[in-house]
Amino acid sequence: MAERYSSFSRGGLAWFLQRITAAFLVVTLAFHFFLLHFYNHAPEITFAGSMGRMEVPAYWLTMVLFLGTATFHGVNGVYNALVNQGISGTPKRVAKWVLIVAGVALFVQGLRVSFALAGGSLL
Amino acid sequence: MSQSYDRGLIEDFGRWREFSAGMWAWVFHKFTGWVLIAYLFTHISVLSTALPAADASAAVIANGEDIYTQTLHGLESIVIVRFLEVGLLAVAVFHILNGIRLLLVDLGLGLEQQDKSFYASLVLTGAIVVASVPTFLSGAF
Repeated sequence: MAERYSSFSRGGLAWFLQRITAAFLVVTLAFHFFLLHFYNHAPEITFAGSMGRMEVPAYWLTMVLFLGTATFHGVNGVYNALVNQGISGTPKRVAKWVLIVAGVALFVQGLRVSFALAGGSLL
Repeated sequence: MSQSYDRGLIEDFGRWREFSAGMWAWVFHKFTGWVLIAYLFTHISVLSTALPAADASAAVIANGEDIYTQTLHGLESIVIVRFLEVGLLAVAVFHILNGIRLLLVDLGLGLEQQDKSFYASLVLTGAIVVASVPTFLSGAF
């Protein structure tokens, strides 16, 4: 078997999800930048224009999955960075729960924004 | 089988003169990751103006006078914000390209070339960002 190197211990669910979300985010983040800076230009973004995009179910679903995976990947990445710094015991538990609460709050708020932009078409 | 290199303590930034390409890649990936998650919270905060904007009348929305459109246009009219967006692009592109490099290494591909692929990530990031500057700054001055 070929020798392999990884910065994380293998087998953990968080380790696996960090990489699955990474593969998804490589595509969606590039798409997001391209669509909203090159195809549409950021200074020309309007509520009506955003609404027009978010009313398309496939686009809305892609954006919600983008938000969910980015939130998990980012919050789990911060947790990994803190663990790499060497936190343990109570600070580690506090960091874990603060990050979980912040991540859930971010996702819920983003979901509310997505519904506001999708108008009544998805409610 | 998993195997780890003894890279010493990267967290001891006082050793930065001794850092190899892989260690710099690690530092840059962490730094760009912190910037991106911080930006995500800021981004959703700004986009939350969609909540009150959704209650505006159809005429107000059609004329772009709602708080969402006004907030975004206000931010985009600030030159420093345009430059910060170029910085955000640089951070995102590097994180994407170095992330692909990490995924490949985790799949057992390119470990021996990991220093070269890091340099390639840097060069490609620079090229994409420079090529994007005209689009990002158009109409800013």
